[in-house]
Amino acid sequence: MPIKEGIYGLIAEFNTPTELVQATEAAYQQGYRRMECYTPYPVEEAAEALRFHKNRVPLMCLMGGIMGLLTGYGLEVWINVWGYPLNIAGRPLFSWPAFVIPGYEWTILFAGLSTAFGMLAQCGLPQLYHPLFNAPNFRSGALNDKFFLCLEAYDPKFSANETRSFLESFSPISVVEVEL
Amino acid sequence: MATHGPLHDPAVDPMIDPRTGEYAVVAPGHNFKSITQKIAGIVLTANTPIAWIGGLMFAATVALGVVAGLTWLFLKGVGIWGITMPVAWGFAIINFVWWIGIGHAGTLISAILLLFKQTWRNSINRFAEAMTIFAVCCAGIYPLVHIGRPWLGYWLMPYPNTMNLWPQFRSPLAWDVFAVSTYATISVVFWFIGMVPDFGTLRDRAQHPIAKYFYGILSLGWRGSTRHWIRYETASLLLAGLSTPLVLSVHTTISFDFAVAAMAGWHTTIFPPYFVAGAVYSGFAMVLTLAIPIRKFYHLEDMVTERHLDNMAKVMLATGSIVAYGYGMEVFMSWYSGSHWEFFMMWNRMFGPIGWAYWMLILTNIAIPLTSLWSRKLRTNVLYLFILSFIVNIGMWFERFVIVVTTLYRDYLPSSWGTYRATKWDYILFIGTWGMFTVLFLLFARIAPMIPMSEIKMILPQTKVHHGGADAETVVEEAI
Repeated sequence: MPIKEGIYGLIAEFNTPTELVQATEAAYQQGYRRMECYTPYPVEEAAEALRFHKNRVPLMCLMGGIMGLLTGYGLEVWINVWGYPLNIAGRPLFSWPAFVIPGYEWTILFAGLSTAFGMLAQCGLPQLYHPLFNAPNFRSGALNDKFFLCLEAYDPKFSANETRSFLESFSPISVVEVEL
Repeated sequence: MATHGPLHDPAVDPMIDPRTGEYAVVAPGHNFKSITQKIAGIVLTANTPIAWIGGLMFAATVALGVVAGLTWLFLKGVGIWGITMPVAWGFAIINFVWWIGIGHAGTLISAILLLFKQTWRNSINRFAEAMTIFAVCCAGIYPLVHIGRPWLGYWLMPYPNTMNLWPQFRSPLAWDVFAVSTYATISVVFWFIGMVPDFGTLRDRAQHPIAKYFYGILSLGWRGSTRHWIRYETASLLLAGLSTPLVLSVHTTISFDFAVAAMAGWHTTIFPPYFVAGAVYSGFAMVLTLAIPIRKFYHLEDMVTERHLDNMAKVMLATGSIVAYGYGMEVFMSWYSGSHWEFFMMWNRMFGPIGWAYWMLILTNIAIPLTSLWSRKLRTNVLYLFILSFIVNIGMWFERFVIVVTTLYRDYLPSSWGTYRATKWDYILFIGTWGMFTVLFLLFARIAPMIPMSEIKMILPQTKVHHGGADAETVVEEAI
């Protein structure tokens, strides 16, 4: 279990995405690594500033798709050839063209579900409690019209006073300490 | 300036971008806050509009038709419907294909237009997807209950059972089960994942404890973290990439229900593309049927602008033209194939006892929409589009009616010819599904954000991140 006392980090609140990206970039240059931006919509420049480029959602999708194809097509072949063979007008038991559609549909089904649930799992969601919700201004702004940069206390470079003055040098609307 | 002249005078109309002469996707003057206020305000208000309550009560009354229709059907069997030999497929299949076709525009808007980076889709994709799901709910009833013994419908699913009984995968009925259930599942997942960030916004703004709790659960703890957003965007794109072939495959599968039969008029290779185009055509008509009253009622003209209506009308023009080509090709092939049966089917379809349905179809699906939609003036005439969307919906219903009935009621053997007449129970169930659709849609409009806030925010000029000094282009954008 992580520590339960102390603070989660410091969050700075900005009015525009430009200010947020500049502050994030500067924080990265300063050597901060455990940090995160919070924005009301996806800001790709912020992800670049965080050096977050790769995610494993496409891999999840691919794995799901392959699994769906094998499951679906395999199921059909097993059922119609061995499990419950039916001779309909002398047609072959292994009627591969007829099996394409359900096999294909399960490919999509498994791939889609793996994408959606894989994305949530990689994000650690659902997570109904998070320390950031304790910050008084976070809930009124983060998914509305404000842009937040959080430097987390886990970062070895984090120090309550220095980090605060660093963040304040970007003249944000506020810098707030987030309790755990 | 764009090649088309502006609709109105750009000097006086703030909705027109003076540089391009195009209608704006979002009205100028909006910022992040005003978008949130406007969309979240519809949901979080304590004052439910009286008209909404009235509408819900009316729709719920109509939806009782589903309850009554299904109850009587379960008690008596499918004999209460007009189906008989030789027309063993009646309203159940017509309405199934019609409803599921309506759903397709929602997926098209949310998936294909996302892949093509069409930002105008952002305002309409949410309720178009909702429309998809509710249309699939209505569609799903029919194949389930038309099988005669609906309580055994689960036999169609492959599951290990004590009877050692498995589905027959060489039958299109089993294909339908897979196609439609996958389509419904993926649509719901795509729709819900898309709403998670907006539920987060609602959770943060909700005052009432029940609303806070409700949206708190639905938002899954979303907090707008950049790493989450990037994964979310990847997932949205992948789901769009998966839904695009899915939506084409679903209606293709449904067209195979017909095309694999050796019946004149059904056994044609043009069915898959022609069915898909028809589905998108009727789906866009339904999006217009819903979007026009909603934007008026909730004053959303800022976000669902005439540009959206115009673009949707253009998609209808394109897909309608494909449908018209399909009709033309059916007629041509019935002659060119040299098949006596095909030729008779087409003659009978046009001039037989139910020929009036064919001409209704040509009138409402081809003649009226495809002549008028070329006019930019009519495409942006809201009232005209609203009326036209009903006409096209009726037209597409007639298309399915014509395909199903004219092939079956006079087939190869004249001694087995018959006719088809729907009974009151056919109509009660059909009208009931209309009520059910409306009830679901009204509930959605009241409790979920109808327009995706985060996506609208993405297309505002304020989202531009300046690297260093702002360039002239962004200065102009911000000035507007």
